[in-house]
Amino acid sequence: MDIYSFLIQFLNGIQYGLLLFLVASGLTLIFGIMGIINLAHGSFYMIGAYMAFSLSALTGNLFVAIVVGIVLSVVLGVFLEWALFSHLYKRDHLEQVLLTYGLILVFEELRSLIVGNDVHGVAVPAVFNWSIPLTETLSYPVYRLFMSAVCVALAVLLYLLIARTRIGMMIRAGASNREMVQSLGLNINLVYRLVFALGVALAAFAGMLAAPVSSVYPGMGTGVLIICFVVVVIGGIGSIWGALVASLLIGLADTFGKVLIPQAAGVTVYLLMAVILLWRPEGLFRRV
Amino acid sequence: MPAPAASGNRRTIALGAALVLLALFPLAGATFYTELVTKVMILAIFALSLDLLVGYSGLVSFGHAAFYGVGAYALGLLAPKYEAANLWLTLPAAIASAALCALVVGAFVVRVKGIYFIMVTLAFAQMFYFVFHDTRFGRGSDGISMNFKPVAAIGGFTPFDLANATHVYYFVLAAMLLVFLFLRVVLNSAFGRALQGIRSNEHRMRSLGFPVYWYKLASFTLAGALAGLAGYLSALQFGFVNPELLSWHQSGNVLLMLILGGIGSLYGAVAGAFVFVALQEIYSSVTTHWQLLLGATIVLLVVFLPGGLASIAGLFKRAVVGDPDDE
Repeated sequence: MDIYSFLIQFLNGIQYGLLLFLVASGLTLIFGIMGIINLAHGSFYMIGAYMAFSLSALTGNLFVAIVVGIVLSVVLGVFLEWALFSHLYKRDHLEQVLLTYGLILVFEELRSLIVGNDVHGVAVPAVFNWSIPLTETLSYPVYRLFMSAVCVALAVLLYLLIARTRIGMMIRAGASNREMVQSLGLNINLVYRLVFALGVALAAFAGMLAAPVSSVYPGMGTGVLIICFVVVVIGGIGSIWGALVASLLIGLADTFGKVLIPQAAGVTVYLLMAVILLWRPEGLFRRV
Repeated sequence: MPAPAASGNRRTIALGAALVLLALFPLAGATFYTELVTKVMILAIFALSLDLLVGYSGLVSFGHAAFYGVGAYALGLLAPKYEAANLWLTLPAAIASAALCALVVGAFVVRVKGIYFIMVTLAFAQMFYFVFHDTRFGRGSDGISMNFKPVAAIGGFTPFDLANATHVYYFVLAAMLLVFLFLRVVLNSAFGRALQGIRSNEHRMRSLGFPVYWYKLASFTLAGALAGLAGYLSALQFGFVNPELLSWHQSGNVLLMLILGGIGSLYGAVAGAFVFVALQEIYSSVTTHWQLLLGATIVLLVVFLPGGLASIAGLFKRAVVGDPDDE
């Protein structure tokens, strides 16, 4: 592999990892803070991608579609937390698994009813629809660089939100001691609702951002969900920092796995998980 | 609550009636329903195997379909192209392959607990799915069609004919009863008691000197072997295997069967398989988008029955087999 092919694969791996981080960070936050295992989290990614498809067809502009999509996904998140997830806080994991499994079935069938089962493409916005030439034959698409840049910016914002703001302080407090937060007079339910909506919005945003690159297809949500579980297991549940490191690790392992050992392409990340489980069953990073 | 002795009697009568009904069912001559009930009993074996993990060992596996699929694929891969496979060779091979896979996966997954366990089992099952879906070894997404049903020949003697739906029905019924009785014996043994002890208080069992890791691994392997048996029977009944057998939907559905029937009850696992297929049949007769109805049913069940789904399962069981508190 020459240096340019390596660079391309490296950038692809980083970009894929950063995208996974957007989904996995919501998953790990929702578990770390609310104590809920959410199988339907991948559905939010799928919903995001389909919103990008439908809304950009409607408005003719992906960026407008993304802005509208974010608003809709926050509304969806607040609604779901209010209607369903708020019932789950004191239940055992099995019931959480079941409810969210039921939700996946509902979302997938609604998707099939509303949009159908076809695979759709979403056009790359004209501004980013060009490539940086590397050699005479190789070039790198600018949209992917844009995706990575947006993900990095979001990761920084997420860090600032959690580490430096009053809301972040409430979130961290809620994660470590729910009763104490409540008895100090803070509205923990509001914190939960915010965290959940944030998780939904992050996953949906990842779906919208990825739509022009990955195309939009049935079952895309569960594929991402299972990879994100691997990310969370490797990173350590509840740790945002762990999710970031593990996402990048998985992104690179998957991308280079596909290039170097194509026979075992689907399996690389799971083998990586197996190794980590042997070495550190609790994940690379304990929760923050 | 009825007195224990009376409820014991009622239960025996109800069970006996259910058994007679199952034994006589094919005589009604409705081939479609004979095959449907065969399918249900195969799923019941699958659910029984998972109950050993979820109900009695406290291990909530979301990846149990992997071993079901391995059992099924064992038949698909071992069956020769131009002649029938032998049941007595392929069946033990299928169970052994599933057990071996479960042993290897189990060595990793029983190291972790709770929510990690759910996620890790799902991830490993997905790895198996990819192995069969993406490699030449598994023949891709179309799977494998078998041209011949296995034969049950021992030397020159063939006690039953697996191409005959009624014979398959009784073979599966016998397998289900054997698995049921086997699990009963296992659960009442010292090993089974220790597993249930680990489920309720792992720390105490550990300090009592029980090698908790090995107990869990044994339970995981045994459950995988029995799931492999169910998968084998499914491949035998339908004559083809494809990667969907290992899909996470399959793992989700079998968990759902357990919940519907009541976790931690062998009768419940069997009843759950019947209820699940009944729901599936009713919903799919209403709409092609039956999964929407199934999903909505699950969501509503969890939200509106706080205190656990065991409450309806309890009502259901009381109606069908008598006292639910016995298991």
